[in-house]
Formats: sequence, C-alpha cells, structure tokens
Amino acid sequence: MVGRAELQPYDSYYGRPILKPPPWEARDIAGYLFLGGLAGASALLAEGAALTGRPGLARAARAGAVGGAGLGTVALIHDLGRPERFVNMLRVFKPTSPMSVGSFVLAPFTGLSVVAALSSATGRLPRIGRAAGVGAAALGAPLATYTAALLSDTAVPAWHDGHRHMPYTFAGSAASAAGGWGMLLAPRAENAPARAMALGGTALEAVTVELMKKRIGMTAEPYSRGRGGTLLQGARVANGTAVALSLVGGRSRVAAALAGTAYLMGSVLTRFGIFAAGIDSAKDPAYTVSPQRDRQRSTDPIGAPAAG
Amino acid sequence: MTSLQQRLSGRLDDVTGDAGYEAGEHPPRMGFFTDTSVCIGCKACEVACKEWNDVPQQGSAGIGAMSAMSYDNTQALGADSWRHVAFVEKPAKPTFATTADLGLPGMGPPGFSDGVPAGDEGADQGTASGEDGGVRWLMSSDVCKHCTHAACLDVCPTGSLFRTEFGTVVVQPDICNGCGYCVPACPYGVIERREEDGRVFKCTLCYDRLKDGQQPACAQACPTESIQYGEVSELRERARLRVAELHDKGVDVARLYGADPDDGVGGDGAFFLLLDEPEVYGLPPDPVVTTRDLGTMWKHVGSAAVALVGLGVASFTSRRLVPRLLSTGFGGRLPGARR
Repeated sequence: MVGRAELQPYDSYYGRPILKPPPWEARDIAGYLFLGGLAGASALLAEGAALTGRPGLARAARAGAVGGAGLGTVALIHDLGRPERFVNMLRVFKPTSPMSVGSFVLAPFTGLSVVAALSSATGRLPRIGRAAGVGAAALGAPLATYTAALLSDTAVPAWHDGHRHMPYTFAGSAASAAGGWGMLLAPRAENAPARAMALGGTALEAVTVELMKKRIGMTAEPYSRGRGGTLLQGARVANGTAVALSLVGGRSRVAAALAGTAYLMGSVLTRFGIFAAGIDSAKDPAYTVSPQRDRQRSTDPIGAPAAG
Repeated sequence: MTSLQQRLSGRLDDVTGDAGYEAGEHPPRMGFFTDTSVCIGCKACEVACKEWNDVPQQGSAGIGAMSAMSYDNTQALGADSWRHVAFVEKPAKPTFATTADLGLPGMGPPGFSDGVPAGDEGADQGTASGEDGGVRWLMSSDVCKHCTHAACLDVCPTGSLFRTEFGTVVVQPDICNGCGYCVPACPYGVIERREEDGRVFKCTLCYDRLKDGQQPACAQACPTESIQYGEVSELRERARLRVAELHDKGVDVARLYGADPDDGVGGDGAFFLLLDEPEVYGLPPDPVVTTRDLGTMWKHVGSAAVALVGLGVASFTSRRLVPRLLSTGFGGRLPGARR
C-alpha cells in the first residue's frame, strides 16, 4: 500500500507545482471525453442495430452518435484559446500528437454520423445512409479510445502513468454510455443489445480503473482522494445502481430508462473523475518529484515503474 | 538514419538534421549554459527578456504582487515570464561548510562573510558559512530547456511549435490556436497559455536575434556570465570543466543538470550547473519526455478499440450466453432475445 505523498521543505520550490496543469475547462474537455465515447460506441451500436433489424435502436444510437460528436466538437472548439482558428487542427497530420490524430478521426466521424442520422431519420437515400453508418462505425472505436492517449501523452503524473490502463477504461466507459443511451431511448423490444453493451462496458470500466489504481504506484493516489476520488466514488455508485436496475428491472420500460440514465451518469462521473485526478496530480509537486527520485535511486534502467 | 523510437526519446546527436534541415547546411545547435554558482540574483536577464521580446508585465502573481518567496516575485516560468530567477534561502548545513572562491566579488548578506579569507567572499553561494542561523543562498535563472526531445513540439496538433535551424523550439504565434496541449506535455512546466490572448508563449532563445548573429538578450545582459550562450557541444565541454574546477575547490555539491544527451529528454539545449538537488530549485529531478511511451500508448489504444468492437459484436451475438449468465435476474425471461 502506498502512503500519502508528502514532501519535506526544500524537496520543492516553496511547495509550488513543477508542472503546469492543462488550461482546459473540465466542462469542455472532461465533457468531451464523455461525449466522444458516447458518440463512438453509439455508432457501433447503431450499425449493429441496423444489421440485425432493430430500426428503433438504430435511430436512437444514430442520434447518440451525431449528438455526442456534434456537441463534443462544439466543446472542443469552445475550449480553444483562439476558437476562430479551430481549422488549424487539420493543418498537419502528426501521429506524435493524439490531438491531431483525434481531429482526423472526429471530423470525418461527425460528417458521416450526420449523413447516417439524417438518412435514418428521414428514410431518404438509405444506401448512402447505411454506407455512412458503416464508415462512422469503423471510426467509432478509435474515437472512443484515442482520448486515453490524449490524456496519457502528457507529463501529468496520474494520466501518463495510467497509459496502459486508461484506453480500456475509456472503451468500457464509452460502451456503458452508449448502452445506457440506447436503453433510455430505444423501444423495449429492441434494447437487449444496448443492455448487454452497457453491462459489459461497465464491467470493463470498473475492473480497469481498479487495476490502474493498484498497478501504477503512488501517482494513483489522486484517483482515490480529493475531487477525483469523490467523482470516481460517485461513478461506482451510479454504475452499481445501473447494473442492479438492469438486472432486476425485467421488462419494465421505466426501469430500463432509469438504468440507462444511471449508466450515462456513471460514464460522466468516470470521465470527470479521471480528469480531476490528473489536474490534482499535476498541481502537487510530490507526484512529480517522488516518483522521479525513486526512479533515479532504483538500479533499473530509466523508466522502470516506481515501486508501488 | 534515426529509428522511430530514437525520434521520440533517447540520444539524438543531430536534432536539427532530424527535424528536416539539410545536414551540413544548418547552423550548429545553439543553447544556454546557466552556471548558477555565479548568479547574483540581479534579474537583469528577466528585464532584458521582457524588454526585447515585448513580454507583458503580468507574472503569475499579478502586477506588483509580493510572493513572500525571498526576493522572487516572478515565482515561476510562464507565458509572461520567459526567464525566472529562483531564490532559495536554505538553512546552512555544517556538512557543506567548505569555502571556495567562485570568482565573484563579495555579495554576502551582512555578517555572512565572517571568517572567510580575503578574496573568498563569494563563497556563500555554493557553500555554507556562518554558525547557527546561517543561510545558504541559491540563485538560479531558469529558462525553457529547448529539449532534444521536446514534448511540447511533439504533441502540438497545429505545427505551430517547430524546431528552428538552431535546434531550438519556438512557437509560431500566427498558427497557434490555443489548444493548450503543449502546457501539460512539458515535463518542466515551462510553456503556458496567456489567457487574455488565448495563445501559448515561451522563450524563443531570441530567434530573431540569433538570425542576426546576435546572442539572446538575457545572456547579453547577464553581468556575471552566469548565462552563457553558444554552441551546445562547446557549452557542454565548458560546463564539464567548470564542474571539475568547482569540485577541485571543494564545492562537491556542484552538478550539471540537463547536460546529459542520454537523459530522459535526450539532453537539454539549455542546461544548468546547480549547487543542490534540482527539486530545490523547482526543477524535476529526472524528467522523461512523455512521447517515449507513445508507441505503448497507441498499442493499447488499438487493443482497446478492438476490445470495444468485440464488445459491440458480442452485445448482438451473445444473446444466448450473456442472458443465460444473468438469467436469474431476469426471472428466466429474456427481453428482446429472439429464439
């Protein structure tokens, strides 16, 4: 068990942070983590529903895909220091920048989702609509998971050290959100796949968050304490409620809607919790200094994980 | 030819060539060697930098704010502070009670140079003198490190941050859209978004002056040659000699920071001679460029995407398996399941 990180005087410069936390609003960026996940996994769910003849679920999921991607794009642009220059995001393609890669996933995903949703809602151009839906589904999984690299490819201790776990957490959280959305809006007769997706996603999310907390050492502390700890505790409560409602709700439409809402809440809280934990880990110099000193002292080559 | 992983972390001898400049046609890599053992905390570097680069007055503490951090009211590097002089007042430890001539005129606080031989008045810098209540003064002018492997540059999605022909890292303000991704990427906490402007700013190593064959404003203004500008390869040699000289004089706390091309960022273009642990000055002890792990990150993102697709497929195909596992909860009835 790792104890609370503490620094002695002169282990830092007047207790000031060494790192600068990202200048991102939680509402915009943690919000986008959720919306992008909802959108990506919804595109998968929509295509599955279309393939298996569930038009109601397909319509609901397509709305989730286009709504999540559209609102997410607005949030991302709103968070820029120079929103009028948002198109510079597509100026170059850089595999070393998850934000660049993500822009080249999000932009076509949004376009394809709009076409698919319009076609699905109006019934016009069905073939083009389906083709667009397949395209969006192909981009959906990368859209839901690249955001983990977006956070991890920083010096923020709790995010960077979680880079082996967070992609799975985000995949699970995305599935949980999309499944919840489907349960909330799709007709009861068609929502079994949404329920299965939400259950599986919630399990994946819960297991990988706990694994991350156990494996990454002292930089996991902000996931259990402070704002991040509180939000993630809230996520566990919401997810537990959602799972219970899904299992005992039977065929009740109301129970399905309540469970779906709880799944969505759980996904939101997970994203905001991980976001807040990272910010807190960047603001406390202990999470920068202590693991680096431990690494220096260990005889392992550079980069050996800090003892935990 | 450099491998993909070498381009992300580790030793890289021609960083400018790696960035695409023709070998043999670009100037040598230029940088700073900041020798904190002769820094007197005059802040001429901060002033010269602000003047030349037209950096606004506001520091992180706000105009005129007093920090209660010794003589340091700048507090940290940031969008409005591209040089920052740190002041550390550390209680003297007898174990470091050696004296040495660091080549400075006497600058000690009153009563501080008691017992120091004539000509050795500057010894308080690197060492402790005085009895109880003695204070060890550490001053250091911090700056952007212009890393060999610059995380800010690697993660910049617009290409606004770029590697100059001098091997330095510079923001192009006409391209930056203020996404802020470089800010948490920097392992030193240097680059910052200026909120009233929306874009990020940091030291350019006076790119405009370099192109005219001038030295950066801070180095030119430094009265003690604590800030030395030159070719990085030559500065590294000079720094090694300086450390050896100080060790010979008994200042065994002297050490180089950021000068090792095999360190976690491939060595800094702006490196330091320190007289204490890096964290005492607010520097990370062993920074590693975040993109060192980029390959692992993308691999796991890919696996997670495959897992998500698998979960999606399973949600439609495993109607027999999953409900059977959960059937007790459903009372044996499987909503939506088609037999």
